[in-house]
Amino acid sequence: MRAEPIAEEALTKDTETFPRELYWRWLEIMLRIRLFEDASYQAYLQGKIRGFLHLYNGEEAVAAGTVTAVREDDPIISAYRDHGIALARGMSTRAAMAELFGKVTGCSKGKGGSMHFFDREHNMFGGFAIVGSQIAIGAGIAFAEKYRKSDRVCITFFGDGAINQGILLETLNMAKLWSLPVVFICENNQYAMGTAVWRSSALHHAGGLYRIAEPFGIPTEAIYGMDVEEVHRAVSRAAAHARSGYGPYFLEMRTYRYRGHSMSDPGKYRPREELDDFRARDPIERLRQRMLRLGYATPEELDNLEKKIEAEIDDALEFAESSPYPPPEELWRDVYVQENYPFWKEE
Amino acid sequence: MPRILQMREAIREAMIEEMERDERVFLMGEEVGYYHGAYKVSEGMLERFGPTRVIDTPISELGFAGIGVGAAMNGLRPIVEFMTWNFALLAADQIINSAAKILYMSGGQFRVPIVFRGPNGYAGQLAATHSQAFEAFYAHVPGLKVVSPATPYDAKGLLKSAIRDDDPVLFLESELLYSLKGEVPEEEYLIPIGKADVKRPGKDVTLVSFNKLLHVTMDAAKELEKEGIDAEVIDLRTIRPLDIETIIQSVKKTNRIVIVDETWPYMSVASEITYQVQKFAFDYLDAPVRRVNCTDTPAPYAPNLLKEYFPSVEKVVRAVKEVMYYTI
Repeated sequence: MRAEPIAEEALTKDTETFPRELYWRWLEIMLRIRLFEDASYQAYLQGKIRGFLHLYNGEEAVAAGTVTAVREDDPIISAYRDHGIALARGMSTRAAMAELFGKVTGCSKGKGGSMHFFDREHNMFGGFAIVGSQIAIGAGIAFAEKYRKSDRVCITFFGDGAINQGILLETLNMAKLWSLPVVFICENNQYAMGTAVWRSSALHHAGGLYRIAEPFGIPTEAIYGMDVEEVHRAVSRAAAHARSGYGPYFLEMRTYRYRGHSMSDPGKYRPREELDDFRARDPIERLRQRMLRLGYATPEELDNLEKKIEAEIDDALEFAESSPYPPPEELWRDVYVQENYPFWKEE
Repeated sequence: MPRILQMREAIREAMIEEMERDERVFLMGEEVGYYHGAYKVSEGMLERFGPTRVIDTPISELGFAGIGVGAAMNGLRPIVEFMTWNFALLAADQIINSAAKILYMSGGQFRVPIVFRGPNGYAGQLAATHSQAFEAFYAHVPGLKVVSPATPYDAKGLLKSAIRDDDPVLFLESELLYSLKGEVPEEEYLIPIGKADVKRPGKDVTLVSFNKLLHVTMDAAKELEKEGIDAEVIDLRTIRPLDIETIIQSVKKTNRIVIVDETWPYMSVASEITYQVQKFAFDYLDAPVRRVNCTDTPAPYAPNLLKEYFPSVEKVVRAVKEVMYYTI
């Protein structure tokens, strides 16, 4: 049985458009993510990046459509496939690539790696690598905003695999009971590691993963996540709802990852044609075509943007390569806020 | 002016004072509000602070522990109460994978100033799942601090420090001690985390304990006194960071040590102290280190078995006589 085919909708009607600059912003974010991930793929093969590396290729519209639909001071938290969301949020490609290289100039000083991208300055509250753990943390971040009576909304990402974790149900319940300003975004890329969503979730057969929020009375929708405009509209709706004090909102973004679960995954559990199908609906190509048709871009302008981002990624690679590893004393730093750790010395 | 307070009142006072001092502090947990706390620790706090700062949670330990962690990352200072630490096992992922590691994984960008608190260990005939002591379990984890007080005075001063601490602190109380009475001053005071307290000075043997077994150990010291053995009793108060200096100073004086520890013996608090004593006071020891722990079994229900399971005055006295080379 193939992964659920995503209903291909007609390209959004040309009358419903956004400002020209927003299209360019989307494209820049999505290209930055794509080229960054391609470069980290290569660097991994060269042995410059180690550990687990989970790439975001194919899901770019979700990150780009989301961050542009919320405010810069709205906190965001993610699972471990976090590069795309961090870059969309504004993390520099230098800090991101250096982190993958394990260098002290990385976003987490080389101590977090691919799965743990944090960026306080950009309100990126981290990548979390225990499936589902960040769902409750995201609700807690929203709890703090409500407690302070701010109007900020926490965007909480997780994957289709996390749908089956108990923490999601616990959190949906409390988020609704306490009317927390949180937007839950399930990035359904069709596979929890190698297990297709139809093999792991009964909800898939009962209409879709988004329905998990229904019994709690949380508004919920399934969105075509390969179309940045659709994503943007949905997140705008959801964030406005949460910001107005109506409590949580749930979105299932139907998307697809082109690469394996991580670098060690050859992806033998899925047919080649399925991947080709989705590649044919590539979110970046779709956006390019849309911009050309709207007259918002010329082929030459599109090429120029790509060249600019290629140069940025080359610079990030060079920066990561030439940066130093953390000094030995970093091993002992940041274990506690309290100074003088270790508190007693062995020798 | 010292007053006599129950342990639960001392803990409550610490929370109330800190909540009045700092708006970012709030209390959440099962039954903390309308029910006034499963053990009446938070009695009256809902009325005093209202439902935005005293929050009743559903029975979802993992979920509300995670919400606490997120709130702490985002600038609040939560006190998360577990009805007992046995139930907190469901939240262990948030405590160990999140709270203990976020500062490190973020390269120092995000702090998690949170207190997880609740009763811990043996509490009568509650059998295996309701009788576990977790000091050693959590003290194993870098990034956590573990406090386990034995008296109302210590509990209040340490909890106030824990709430002000910028690191995650696990505060292990005891159902059996909530009604224990003790002197607590009117005026404000803090007790630093990581400092042991010599509860009884002595010269013949060092006894180290914490939480409810401190009282068993003090009783044992009285028994030993009748036989002419002058025991020094150290109350650890904090398990991590461990105040090894106070223990070493004492051992250098007495040359003998018995550790009375509620955790299971294998990989216990006693195991770590034993290692450090042999490392730092090897030449001062006149006898092998002895420990008295719960037996290496789940806690039984039957009263006769339970007596065998739990450390007692008799067991401590016997262990002390062994290190004193007395004939038993």
